[in-house]
Amino acid sequence: MALLEVANLEAFYGQTQVLRGLSFKLEEGSVTTILGANGAGKTTTLRAICGMVRTAGEVRFGGERIASRATESIVRYGIAHVPEGRGTFVRLSAEQNLRLGAYTRRDASGVEEDLERVFRYFPRLKERRRQQAGTLSGGEQQMLAVGRALMMRPKLMLLDEPSFGLAPLLTEELFRILGTISRERQVSMLVVEQNASLALGIADDAYLLETGRIVMSGKARDIGKDETVRKAYLGY
Amino acid sequence: MGDQSKPETRELAALASGARLSRRQVVGLVAALAAALVLPWFLSDYRTFQFTLAIIYAIAVLGLNILIGYNGQFSLGHAAFYAVGAYTAAILMDPGGVAYYWTIPAAGAVCLVVGFLFGLPALRLEGLYLALATFALSVATPQLLKYDAISKWTGGVQGVAIIKPDPPFDLPISQDRWLYYFTLVVMLVMFVGAWNLLRGRTGRALKAIRDNPIAASAMGVNTALYKSLTFGVSALYTGIAGALGAIAIQFVAPDSFNLFLSISFLVGVVIGGLASIPGAVFGGVVIVFIPNLAEQVSKAAPWAIYGIFLILFMYFMPTGIWGFIRMLYARFTRGRRAG
Amino acid sequence: MDLFLQQTFAGLAFGGVYACVALAVVMIYQATDHLNFAQGEMAMFSTYIAYTLLHHGVPYWWTFLLTMAISFAGGVLVERIILRPVEGTGVLNEVIVFIGLIAIFNSTAGWIWEYTIKPFPSPFPKETLIPFKFIGPHDLGVIGVTLLVLAAVFLFFRFTPVGLAMRAAAQNPDSARLVGIRVGWMLALGWGLAAAIGSVAGMMVAPIVFLEPNMMAGILLYGFAGALLGGISNPVGAVAGGFMVGVLENLVGTYVPFIGSQLKLSVALVLIVAVLVFRPSGLFGYVVVKRV
Repeated sequence: MALLEVANLEAFYGQTQVLRGLSFKLEEGSVTTILGANGAGKTTTLRAICGMVRTAGEVRFGGERIASRATESIVRYGIAHVPEGRGTFVRLSAEQNLRLGAYTRRDASGVEEDLERVFRYFPRLKERRRQQAGTLSGGEQQMLAVGRALMMRPKLMLLDEPSFGLAPLLTEELFRILGTISRERQVSMLVVEQNASLALGIADDAYLLETGRIVMSGKARDIGKDETVRKAYLGY
Repeated sequence: MGDQSKPETRELAALASGARLSRRQVVGLVAALAAALVLPWFLSDYRTFQFTLAIIYAIAVLGLNILIGYNGQFSLGHAAFYAVGAYTAAILMDPGGVAYYWTIPAAGAVCLVVGFLFGLPALRLEGLYLALATFALSVATPQLLKYDAISKWTGGVQGVAIIKPDPPFDLPISQDRWLYYFTLVVMLVMFVGAWNLLRGRTGRALKAIRDNPIAASAMGVNTALYKSLTFGVSALYTGIAGALGAIAIQFVAPDSFNLFLSISFLVGVVIGGLASIPGAVFGGVVIVFIPNLAEQVSKAAPWAIYGIFLILFMYFMPTGIWGFIRMLYARFTRGRRAG
Repeated sequence: MDLFLQQTFAGLAFGGVYACVALAVVMIYQATDHLNFAQGEMAMFSTYIAYTLLHHGVPYWWTFLLTMAISFAGGVLVERIILRPVEGTGVLNEVIVFIGLIAIFNSTAGWIWEYTIKPFPSPFPKETLIPFKFIGPHDLGVIGVTLLVLAAVFLFFRFTPVGLAMRAAAQNPDSARLVGIRVGWMLALGWGLAAAIGSVAGMMVAPIVFLEPNMMAGILLYGFAGALLGGISNPVGAVAGGFMVGVLENLVGTYVPFIGSQLKLSVALVLIVAVLVFRPSGLFGYVVVKRV
């Protein structure tokens, strides 16, 4: 049984249909990436899994149906969503942001352990732990968002365009850390990205989304070698 | 959005933004106008008077709506502008001796200036703070009007009485009916003026400021000037309503221009329909008739019923009465097309 | 000089009530990002409930606690039942609902308990141990209670996980949901706490101005003004603002010659607005950094 199973997922913003029947699986311990151009529906897919948009179809997490539940209930199953735009609590400090990630947890010592771990992955956050989160740079806020997700000790992390607005060196470092986290902590990841080469670099499986439909699927290295994908998304 | 150069596309865009009226809309408008013209003949003088008030409040509500709905500012202080308009009219007529119809534009002009002047410091205040400032204005207004130093003109606590105008040319209709038509004509002029203003560049600038002031300013819109002018225009409308109100009620007294009046205007804006010109008409009707209705439901606690009405309106018509009508119309026409 | 001190202290005493209201206002603002205009009327209603309990022989401090509890529950219910359908439909729609609530609470109170003025007891002794020249025991008590409530609120928001969650839910409900915070219940909690604090303000002020349905209107306004003056985002600032407004109102009434008690309100407000024009976030508030 796959960790995440999505069957015939449709999603709507008001009257507009954005996802037209997606079906895919994500195995435990793996990294999957969803690629596609702007407007393909990548962000909507993540939001649909978290119950943030109106959906039809089935979503199962660890065998349980989560499609019709409220967002705050869905995440308690062990899904951490790093949203588009980072979703930082700008008026709170960096550390408060991180601690909020652990809101649903009852193990105080585990929380402290994880906080230290996050600071080890992202030393810059430790320096700025008391700083108002809204004053952090884009890259730092992205790290903060990932850190907050980690504080949930999730089974699955959903990442929405983590490279957005970041300088190339920073995104490489971020993806390297994501790869490390995935291996060390056994966190499954579903990464939605426009930057195909970075995403394919850490993913096991890949899906290509076009106007709300999956048009290609397979192992990441195979997708990466595909002629059309290379021309359209990798630029060579 | 399709080929912008094609005339059909431009036509659709114009219809969608309200810059032009579709044939159905024109028909609806003519029908409403006909109904309004014929109405007094079916009603007693008192009811006619109530509808006259509804029209007057509709003008005031439109004024406030221009500020809140189209420009995104806020005011709980429009009773002050209404009062300025009313007192301008009253003082011009007695002891000024000016004919009642000239007081209307005069009230408008005075309020335009007063509103603009108020709009200048208001630029510094946003949201809550602007609410508090305008709240203060409403609370202060009755006190200022009673102020001894100017009571020579304002009549102090007792106010000023006005003689009801007679119909011109010795027309064989009652004074109340004449006032109804006079007010109706003024309202039509004001509403057409607003429609014209809001559908062109000015309207777009106002809405841009409402939706994203930083972007608007980056595009070259002089936000400060527009915002202050909008305050002025909004005050102009409310002031003209005040002048008409003074003439209709034949009386101006300080205590009637209070916070409750400002709140009533706001209620009219929201329940009638935010950012909508037809909504203002419904707003005026609501202000006049809902309290009456509430009293009929319960003599013991009428304002509790009024409060319940307000809440129910917000539950069932969150986009206002006009928004609700539009929604019904869309459902109705879609149903017919599909079936 | 004596007059000045006396008026200042009298102002501080009333300022205590304003500060309490300001605190309730900030509380709701921190929890919901909105201002609850109906808070004054709810506080008045709570005070009437206290009055009824006292008349049935319940001892004062039990009444006090029971009223706070009932008010808490009432606040939660108002949010969950009455406010929920309009949440998300726009600030103005919520404002209209608040106006409706004001009308309902005010009118119902008048209907149940009538409009005659009723006395309300003060829990504080008639004489203080150390007689203090300028300020009576009740006024001192009010200041004391206000500061106590402030301390409790401050600790709650600063140091408890629920307090942090409430602030997060108010600032960014979407992100709050993503970390598992039940945003709807956070709002309800905020309302409950604000209602409880409001009931304290009502019970503190009723002995001074006497209990009647319109007793809170002016006080609510001053409370708001105090909160804004001090900075709506800062509980300590709001309380300071409340005290300042109290003193200001009293001094203006005493020293500005041509203003009687009527214009006092307007002048105080005008002064506050003038401050806001120069410092739009209030004296102690901070400006939020906005990335466009």
